[in-house]
Amino acid sequence: MYELKGEDLSKRFGELKVFSKLNFDLHTGESMAVIGPNGSGKSTLMMVLLSIYRPSKGKIAYLLDGKEMEENQIRASVSLVSPYLNLYDQLSGEENLKFFATVAGENITGKEIENLLEKVGLAGRGMDLVGGYSSGMKQRLKYATALLNKPAFLYLDEPTSNLDAAGKKIVADLIEEYRSQSIIVIATNEEEEYHLATKQLRVDK
Amino acid sequence: MPQNSFGLISKAAAVYAKDLRLELRTKYALNAILMFGITTLTVVSFSVGQSGLPPKLLSSLFWIVMFFSAMSGLAQVFVREEESGTALALKLTTDPDAIYWGKLGFNLTLLTIMTVIIAPIFFIFTDAPTDNLVLFALVLFLGMIGLCGATTIVAAIIARASVKGALFAVLSFPLLLPLLLVLVKATEKVLLGVSFSSVATELQFLVAFAVVMIVGSVMLFKFVWLD
Repeated sequence: MYELKGEDLSKRFGELKVFSKLNFDLHTGESMAVIGPNGSGKSTLMMVLLSIYRPSKGKIAYLLDGKEMEENQIRASVSLVSPYLNLYDQLSGEENLKFFATVAGENITGKEIENLLEKVGLAGRGMDLVGGYSSGMKQRLKYATALLNKPAFLYLDEPTSNLDAAGKKIVADLIEEYRSQSIIVIATNEEEEYHLATKQLRVDK
Repeated sequence: MPQNSFGLISKAAAVYAKDLRLELRTKYALNAILMFGITTLTVVSFSVGQSGLPPKLLSSLFWIVMFFSAMSGLAQVFVREEESGTALALKLTTDPDAIYWGKLGFNLTLLTIMTVIIAPIFFIFTDAPTDNLVLFALVLFLGMIGLCGATTIVAAIIARASVKGALFAVLSFPLLLPLLLVLVKATEKVLLGVSFSSVATELQFLVAFAVVMIVGSVMLFKFVWLD
């Protein structure tokens, strides 16, 4: 059983206060929608949770069966889909997936890559360079990449941005599939996405 | 070898192979380095002619060309990740050590390609003596490792800055100055046709410089990359 705890989390950039005193406690099977207006710090909170930024105050704990996880364990268990995260335009979809699987220490077969691409609606497009993908296709490929390590902690920042109706359905299905085995944190402005999560955390200055 | 070392090697190899593949498809850094190197070398050699320049001057010219050519392309290895927004995916996916070794290997490959092209042109254009080529190659090899050891960590430091190019040269220069001085001296001796034992002190320095730079970089890289 995985657990993600945030205690009195605050973040400032110099004089600029982004958010303060956020508290939450999530277990495997739970999901949380981080909501708030534009500029309220939802994406910053994601970066803090992923240790890209350090919190100005407070503590984040990743736990496995009640024991704090080590840095390498955490890295192997988290995945992010975000507008700030890009894949390599000069590599094909398959090459991107193979590269990220290898650097994450995962062995992945051609069949598994095909299955992942099919799952996100990119079947038959794996050999194309990502630079030639539409923004929606790139977003789908980010999902395929995020699922490579079967994440125990799945972070989704604006999860349906650039996606058409079919893409949004795929995302909803993926969240449903991973809900029971992962902790999912979703940062969104879209009210129709609030229901994708079981809890809500309002972020505001 | 422990499992972790195999893991690190295969991850570093994947980073290296990815960078090499991207470079072969875009040729961004390679073009910058080669264009600068060949242009400078051509201009210099036509200006000074082939009239038996003293080894000290030849050696200085060679390393000036090498230094500025390296400056024009070696930072790309990290700048490209930051500018294309792929650094975040790398940070979240793999160990900083694997990234450092992969990037160092890639920069070393770039510099090797540059040297393999520039060094023969240097000998042809300047009519430099070729009696001591094995020793010249050894000095060159150690110099390349030192250059890459120092510039790879600087490239990681400046990758998120707004004036990357200028900052890269400014930060690299003081780090590389002792290396360049010794390389110029060692190359001068080699061009004079001295024996191995006469450049032993310079070779020792070059090995020590490369080891210190790479070990220091491995220790620092995690903080530079993640903070």
